[in-house]
Amino acid sequence: MSEPIPPPPRLATRWLYSPAARSVAALLLILALGAVFHHRGAFFRLETHKAALRQTAEYGMMACGMTLVIISGGIDLAVGSILALSAVLFSLATIHWGWPAWYAIPATLAVGAGCGLVSGTLTAWLRMQPFIATLAMMVFARGLAKALSGGTQVTTAVRNPDGTYRWVDVPQVFYAIKADLFGTVSMIGVLFLVCAAVTWLLLARHRWGRELYAIGGNEEAARLSGVRVVRAKVLAYVASGVLAAVAGMCHAAQEEQGNPDAGEGYELIAISMVVIGGTSLMGGRGGIGLTLLGILTIGYLDKILSINEVPLAWRLMLTGTIIVVAVLAQRRPG
Amino acid sequence: MATDSPSSPSPLVRMRGITKRFGPVEVLRGVDFDIWPGEVHVLAGENGAGKSTLIKILGGVYSDYEGRIELAGRLVRPASPLEASRLGVAVIHQELSLVPPMRVADNLFLGRTPCFALGLVAYRAQREEARRLLAELGLEIDVDQPVERYPLGVRQLVEIAKAVGRQARVIVMDEPTSALSAPEVERLFALVEKLKAQGCGLVYITHKMEEIERIADRITVLRDGQRVGSVPATELSTRELIRWMVGREVEQQFPRHVAQPGNERLRIEEFTVRGERPGLRPVVDRVGLSVRAGEILGLAGLRGSGASELLLGIFGALGPRASGRLWLDGQPTRIRNPRDAIRQGIALLTNDRKTTGLVLEMSVAANATLADLPRLCRWGWRRPQRELEAAAAQSRALRLRAASLDMPVAQLSGGNQQKVALAKWLQVQPRVLLLDEPTRGVDVGVKHDIYHWMNQWTAAGMAIILITSEMPELLALSDRIAVLHRGRLTAELARHEATADRVLEAAMGRLAGTTP
Repeated sequence: MSEPIPPPPRLATRWLYSPAARSVAALLLILALGAVFHHRGAFFRLETHKAALRQTAEYGMMACGMTLVIISGGIDLAVGSILALSAVLFSLATIHWGWPAWYAIPATLAVGAGCGLVSGTLTAWLRMQPFIATLAMMVFARGLAKALSGGTQVTTAVRNPDGTYRWVDVPQVFYAIKADLFGTVSMIGVLFLVCAAVTWLLLARHRWGRELYAIGGNEEAARLSGVRVVRAKVLAYVASGVLAAVAGMCHAAQEEQGNPDAGEGYELIAISMVVIGGTSLMGGRGGIGLTLLGILTIGYLDKILSINEVPLAWRLMLTGTIIVVAVLAQRRPG
Repeated sequence: MATDSPSSPSPLVRMRGITKRFGPVEVLRGVDFDIWPGEVHVLAGENGAGKSTLIKILGGVYSDYEGRIELAGRLVRPASPLEASRLGVAVIHQELSLVPPMRVADNLFLGRTPCFALGLVAYRAQREEARRLLAELGLEIDVDQPVERYPLGVRQLVEIAKAVGRQARVIVMDEPTSALSAPEVERLFALVEKLKAQGCGLVYITHKMEEIERIADRITVLRDGQRVGSVPATELSTRELIRWMVGREVEQQFPRHVAQPGNERLRIEEFTVRGERPGLRPVVDRVGLSVRAGEILGLAGLRGSGASELLLGIFGALGPRASGRLWLDGQPTRIRNPRDAIRQGIALLTNDRKTTGLVLEMSVAANATLADLPRLCRWGWRRPQRELEAAAAQSRALRLRAASLDMPVAQLSGGNQQKVALAKWLQVQPRVLLLDEPTRGVDVGVKHDIYHWMNQWTAAGMAIILITSEMPELLALSDRIAVLHRGRLTAELARHEATADRVLEAAMGRLAGTTP
């Protein structure tokens, strides 16, 4: 009748083995690296940290969406291309077509959502492998971005019907996005934090978040418990597409143009941020808190390497190494 | 039959005094088992009698047993399936060891591909050798086609040919026909005859009476880990065989209060579940059943009977594969998916909590509330406090032993995991509770708890359909027993007419009332 209660692991050890602890350790290690190689005190200036936040923001938004998809057991390779498509579309709408922001922003978000809807339908409904479906979406969205832009950057130089160019003003909304809020924190950084907060809320407090964990953990058990698996999965890709579109608009505002070649390889950075945080690529395990740690780790690593003027070649090799080390350290014992 | 014929003075395999323990549980006790050349030796017994364990010992899966195995007079102890196959013992499993996209010939020679120098494959030699091998066994298969082009039945034959090509002298088949169509079964039996003629010894495990009658030369019956007997097939009548398998008198060890059934809760008519691939017989074939409020309907059937699929079908989990009419409390109802079923008050405890019941990484509370999220949430937002209260109430009622409701269910014992799975379904307050092997893999204490609760639930008006492979449990708990054999309903027995013999007879395909 009485079975033994499994002894809970000792608190200290359990904490040490938790993915959060490992991610915090990785971040602290990177920050310590910054404190040592501070480059004449640059690392200790507030400016550096604000810049790090602004430069990481776009990747971070995508990593938040990626977390939703990965927890459900999928992957989204299309976000980099969706960023470019959104940047192009947003620039065209605001600069060339003269749309006001309250038309252009929802339209861009809708296109991002549409891309996610297609990816999600292909994977969840038609049961394509997420890797393949989103790979196709990635190629397609890149092509669409190039088709819309005519293959060149969409700038404030607008082509007249007679073939000459005229210069128009940079739209107000661009300035609004890249401005500093209250003169201190960048608007883009704040947008990223809002995105992170919303996705955190959805994952931790919304029914849909619980459904995503259940699907990623055991899809069949979730289905047999009445979870609408297809709907929940499609929505994860839609969210990922929308967040990529937000990142795309931020990208356009910062560059004051829509570049169809933007965002190449960003999806891989977003994935590595999620994975370094400790969210399992197998699905069902992880969260936005962890992803936030992963975002900061990669963001700071990049910042520290750049203030120390480490050549790009070395930066790439170091980043690759860090990803391997971090993921090996994430392995659960046993 | 040609069992102890003088032409073959010694058996191929002689197993003596085989004993095997899993922890404190003895699953085999001093079992003797011989396999002679040129015979089909049927190994029979109820679920859990120890058949698979015995085969796994012979096949090298378990090497920590007591007793001795002699192969052609030589003492051996196969430590791995690979070693067993080197010794000439091949076990044909349901999960075949073929590589689907590779050609038949490549598969036949996998791991011992004929090669030229530098490791270049000698394709022509391989093809000719493969053709010769298949021709010897009477199989006409294009050896250059990928294995996946062939239906399962043919793939199974290729698997056997692969074993024969490796000089297997002892071939073990564990329920080989459970997924085969009728013509495929015929082809398998033809191959069995060929192998017998070549002097192979075959061990055949099956739950199907007609197959035993047709191909068995000798029958060994295991019961509760012990050998009941081993005799030529002609000397064992069906009646006797079933008595050997059931054996013990089933005592009333379960406290089933005889129910006062109320109104009809659930009725199905002409309920059919199509096979997984076209051309295969339906898994459930035009079954009609009903269960009343406060009643436990036992659903009996051996492996491949379709009982689990019937419950999955009722629950909407098989989607359009299931068809038929269904009434809930007298109302015709359509259930398209599990979500519909839950909303209508039907719950299904699946037979494997790890793969289909629980999300192991999630917490106790999250699992216990997963099916009831629609009611526990407001505007889609979860209310963790209410979830915790609900989970706490359920875990109190089921006396769940967990250090905390926040711990992952993966860390719980089997019995407590089962309680979490039950809690999930009680939380939705079902009218009809479908239980597929509710006591599988739980200890005796929890088992008795579950029996006790089933009494409580039915007393409160719930209708229960119960599948269990443990005969005493089935007989003691069920108010009525419906028996399925290969998807068809073969008997429906009231509590007082149900005996182990009658249930088993119907489960093995004898229609009620027919005596051999």
